[in-house]
Amino acid sequence: MRPFTYERATDSRAAVTAVSRAGAKYISGGTNLLDLMKLDIEQPSHLVDISRLPLKDIDELPDGGLRIGAQAVNSDVAADGRVRTRYPVLSQALLAGASGQLRNKASVGGNLLQRTRCPYFSDTAAACNKREPGSGCSAIGGFNRIHAILGASDACIATHPSDMAVAMTALDAQVELLGADQAVRHVALVDFHRLPGNTPHIETVLQPGEMITAVVLPPPPPGRQLYRKVRDRASYAFALVSVAAIVAAERGTITAARVAFGGVAHKPWRGTEAEAALIDHPASGATFRAAADAAFASAVGRGHNNFKIELAKRTLYRTLAQVTQPDEDTP
Amino acid sequence: MSNVVDRNSADIAAKTTQIALTINGLDRRLELDPRTSLLDALREHLHLTGTKKGCDHGQCGACTVLINGRRINACLTLAVMHEDDDILTIEGLGSPGALHTLQAAFVERDAFQCGYCTPGQICSAVGMLAEAKAGWPSHVTADVGSRDIVLTDGEIRERMSGNICRCAAYPNIVAAIRDVAEDART
Amino acid sequence: MTAMIGKPVNRVDGPLKVSGQATYAYEHWENDVGQPLYGFIVGATIGNGRIARIDTTRAERAAGVQLVMTHLNAPVQGIPTPDPSVPLPYWVAKPELSSPDIHHYGQPVALVVATTFEQARAASNLVDVEYTAEPGHYEFAARHDQAYAPKTLVMGIATDTAVGDFDSAFAGAEVKIDQRFTTPYEFSQPMEPNVCLAVPHRDGEELTAYVSTQIVSAARARIAKTLLMDPQRIDIVAPYIGGGFGSKLAVHAETILALLAARQLKQPVKVAMTRQQIFQLVGMRTTSSQRVRLGAERDGRLVALAHEATMYANPQEEWAEPMAAFLRSLYAAPNRLTRHRLVPLDLQGNEDVRAPGEAPGLLALESAMDELAHALAMDPVELRIGNEPTRDPERDVPFSDRRLVECMREGAHRFGWEGRPARPGSRRDARWLVGYGMAAASRGHPQAPTKARVRIGADGNAVVQSDMTDIGTGTYTILTQVAAECLGLPMDRVRVELGRSEFPTSWGSGGSWGAANSSNAVRRACEALCEKQRTADGRIPAEGLEAEGEIVGASDDPNFTNYSMSSYGAHFAEVGVDIDTCEIRLRRMLGVFAAGRILNHKTARSQLIGGMIWGVGAALHEEAVIDSRSGAFVNRDLAEYLVPVHADIPEIDAIVLDGFDDKANALGVKGIGELSICGAGASIANAVFNATGVRVRDFPITLDKVLPGLPLAEV
Ligand SMILES: Cc1cc2nc3c(=O)[nH]c(=O)nc-3n(C[C@H](O)[C@H](O)[C@H](O)COP(=O)(O)OP(=O)(O)OC[C@H]3O[C@@H](n4cnc5c(N)ncnc54)[C@H](O)[C@@H]3O)c2cc1C
Ligand code: SF4
Ligand code: FES
Ligand code: FES
Repeated sequence: MRPFTYERATDSRAAVTAVSRAGAKYISGGTNLLDLMKLDIEQPSHLVDISRLPLKDIDELPDGGLRIGAQAVNSDVAADGRVRTRYPVLSQALLAGASGQLRNKASVGGNLLQRTRCPYFSDTAAACNKREPGSGCSAIGGFNRIHAILGASDACIATHPSDMAVAMTALDAQVELLGADQAVRHVALVDFHRLPGNTPHIETVLQPGEMITAVVLPPPPPGRQLYRKVRDRASYAFALVSVAAIVAAERGTITAARVAFGGVAHKPWRGTEAEAALIDHPASGATFRAAADAAFASAVGRGHNNFKIELAKRTLYRTLAQVTQPDEDTP
Repeated sequence: MSNVVDRNSADIAAKTTQIALTINGLDRRLELDPRTSLLDALREHLHLTGTKKGCDHGQCGACTVLINGRRINACLTLAVMHEDDDILTIEGLGSPGALHTLQAAFVERDAFQCGYCTPGQICSAVGMLAEAKAGWPSHVTADVGSRDIVLTDGEIRERMSGNICRCAAYPNIVAAIRDVAEDART
Repeated sequence: MTAMIGKPVNRVDGPLKVSGQATYAYEHWENDVGQPLYGFIVGATIGNGRIARIDTTRAERAAGVQLVMTHLNAPVQGIPTPDPSVPLPYWVAKPELSSPDIHHYGQPVALVVATTFEQARAASNLVDVEYTAEPGHYEFAARHDQAYAPKTLVMGIATDTAVGDFDSAFAGAEVKIDQRFTTPYEFSQPMEPNVCLAVPHRDGEELTAYVSTQIVSAARARIAKTLLMDPQRIDIVAPYIGGGFGSKLAVHAETILALLAARQLKQPVKVAMTRQQIFQLVGMRTTSSQRVRLGAERDGRLVALAHEATMYANPQEEWAEPMAAFLRSLYAAPNRLTRHRLVPLDLQGNEDVRAPGEAPGLLALESAMDELAHALAMDPVELRIGNEPTRDPERDVPFSDRRLVECMREGAHRFGWEGRPARPGSRRDARWLVGYGMAAASRGHPQAPTKARVRIGADGNAVVQSDMTDIGTGTYTILTQVAAECLGLPMDRVRVELGRSEFPTSWGSGGSWGAANSSNAVRRACEALCEKQRTADGRIPAEGLEAEGEIVGASDDPNFTNYSMSSYGAHFAEVGVDIDTCEIRLRRMLGVFAAGRILNHKTARSQLIGGMIWGVGAALHEEAVIDSRSGAFVNRDLAEYLVPVHADIPEIDAIVLDGFDDKANALGVKGIGELSICGAGASIANAVFNATGVRVRDFPITLDKVLPGLPLAEV
């Protein structure tokens, strides 16, 4: 870990100003940043501690939505009564992530901005376009069991590891940002993270110095919500694939559907093709299969991760069955 | 050629900062490199070695301590970030002659072997029981909307999964925690 | 004399451990230690080749740096020469930074020592190294044509054996199984990393090493031979060890480098491997490809039995795991062979990982036995019982105490084995396919030379001393019990002191020999002491009384030649396999074991359960993956090298049959530290087959390997 100076920000505006200096970075829970600093992957020279900013509240919005402060920690969001009853998919996703200890530290903002778990990314000796643009991608032709099947490029096949962001993507969340110019803007979460393309080191649309101040959830969409995470051990493991599904059905016909996937792409992946295949169709096995096929029609395996295509399809299939038929075995 | 370097103490001193921490109810002043994790501050500077380093990357739970009553991984946080916090470590929980109920239950249930993950397991269990008491759901809670949290063995296991025990004392750890949780209920 | 041996008493070191007061190697802040400096290891980023240039200038200029040691300035060290008196490599020199040659990825190329840990770690990134890389061989599967037969296996065990005429018997067998199983690289990864706090005295002429080690005498010997010092000038202190599982039988780079630096700087230096470094600097369980051939009559009687294991070896540090050797005494069959081959690769040397040999070997063999039972439509328990030998089938000597059948019968009864799904893939519980599996466990019982001392003071309090270690195995507790019983004292009047080189020597904790060795040595010491007390008319003189006890190694004990000695067990597991995703979850598990006399039923059960859970990891989770381009372990941390967590482990129980092996030793004790991992994984693999009808022969059984065999379950 390289030497750095440290300051604790007292208000958001001051924080944004403080981080504008070269080499400065925000630190919130620190559970991802410090992890990577110890490995010499992140090398900030100045840390602006925003963990005590008054951005921890979860507020009701007039339209029936919620505004979740960026400094709210994952456990508090997951345990919030309004989130639990109105956005259970978000509680479920948060609770499926990391461990009790980590969730007590991890902030909403930091969770969105956590970096990939690609092992070559965190190994300074390996070529990695994300860490060192132009150096190559060790995962292609290497051990890529946890890597992307959708939206990857020949420059990078990493995945975004967040569970929380998958649920938020299905919920049509907006990210509230405070810019270096002190202006506030909102970006839809689906547009917040980028695909790798030729610039895998640019992961989001954040401008330099911009701070996440909140995530805004629109009013809960109609239908039942479910998050399903598939992993190699029962807990404390990242998703191989995960599915967030919010589906409404009337008299056996699907009237509204939102689907998002984790563990499959460089960003939380909104399954628009699957949604199109669901809406106005009967809530049946044939429909779920069609949705699964549509969702992964363009999926590409890279060797060790080939199984993810079939796994993701099956996970979606079952999640849809469960969310539309409450009698289906719950996870 | 000699690779023994002259110690340049000015250089080191310039980079440290003064911090004050409250640990196990005591105020401790420290002169620290800001890079120092809370874990290393405890172990290497305050010689409170009950908190263990298993991985230094949030991947094992051996370093679990309680900050303002909540369990966290001391390896993934900086000491300087915890001024004004109330830090509780295993040493503050009980001592060999005056064990905390969980510590006593761990001994009784033989909930450890090498003992290296044990302080972390115990601190984690203290935090976990408080979380359950506050009605927090977990990944295995059938209905996250329900406020009624029954601390089944399955719930204990899921909630304790951030603490790896390579000796694999898991069934005994669950038994020890169950004993304490049941006692608290009755 | 009150009976203390066997009692399920609480661990005597328990209160210290649960309150964070037990002091592990990195944690000695006693006044006589002093403020240590911190060392950080820099590892090679190539797998084969040499250092072309190494420039330490930037690192040396970094804040707080006291020393950067590389092969250019490291002192001369001893070279590894086999020690004929000890058939294990851990007593042999292990020089570090001794040449520019790189033999494996991560090999230390520098040690940076600084005032603080943060400074040392930061400066480690400033050591500039240029390498001349050479092509290396890292891919096991691609190099089988290079396999060779080692002279012997570890501990001098024979490489190959054959009885009868396997080939023709197998060819003529009515029912045949001929399958190849593969097992991955696995690491012990105890929770306490490999660490050393090195403290110099008298200008570095004497050294104290606070070290996390399983064998104090091996640590001392290796250090003395490497640092070219008189062993008497080296003091080893290891009162508490945060787990070992084989990975701390030897001391590694952390200890050698900390001591070299401390001696040179004349200041205490401590070095801990990072978790990531442990994956490159400590030996792992070898990967393997195992061919198992079973030929049987229709009634299940085996007529031909062959187990051939191909493993990897580092040519510099050949270490041949006896992966098929256990089979030589497990099942009866007139025609049989076992064979071991090694494939040289440019990886770090492999080492012991809990139950070397049996653990991976039984995964394969006991899976194959299940395949045979399935092919014969026989109860797997009955198949095994039908092949129970009356004498050791290869050595043709009697068994000292063999209760495998009892373990299987008892386990089957308690587990409800008769309720198992008769057909694979036939039972469903909600979204889970449910299956039962069983497997046998067996583990050879070794014995190693061990000494202990007992002293009793005029106050009537006794002290037991040995350089034996307690790595979580309960040594403090069982030796307290043994001494209390033998001396007729209450337990609180006995203090056990372990893990110091100044105490009588042993082979420490390893190979499941620790408890039997040390308890019997203590018993002898107590008897000698009682004898002395008797000659002193029962009085204890003011200066107290002292006596030593000793037991010899297996090769000097005729019982080990005249009898086949093992401990036994049987595992029963129930798993659920998700009908869609094929996630596998253990639902319950039972082990029944017979290992002679049990010294403490509470700590023994804990250790047995722990081993069973290692079997869960081996069956379902653990795999260290090599990048065949660089020779590095890719998933080298605890977030990607998965070991079971709480949520993976349901109710598990371990039951021990009371016993006494009078051939093993005077106390009738055999080892249990490794027994329960043996076969545990196979019982789970067999349960997965029973649940799904899919047989995975490539361990670990991750969901991706089951998925292709299981069709989508339609709604
Ligand atoms: C062992 C382990 C297992 C894990 N398992 C999971 C899992 O299963 N699922 C999962 O989803 N996650 C998992 N995580 C990741 C965890 O969720 C993240 O580390 C955490 O959410 C990051 O939040 P933080 O507040 O600690 O971020 P920090 O580490 O503080 O920050 C991360 C990044 O975000 C930036 N940042 C933080 N806040 C803001 C802000 N408000 N505005 C702008 N920039 C900001 C920082 O500069 C930094 O670059 C795991 C982590 C570990 C260590
Ligand atoms: S997948 Fe992306 S993060 Fe991983 S090595 Fe390739 S470029 Fe780097
Ligand atoms: S040391 Fe902090 S989680 Fe492992
Ligand atoms: S008791 Fe050894 S790791 Fe848990």
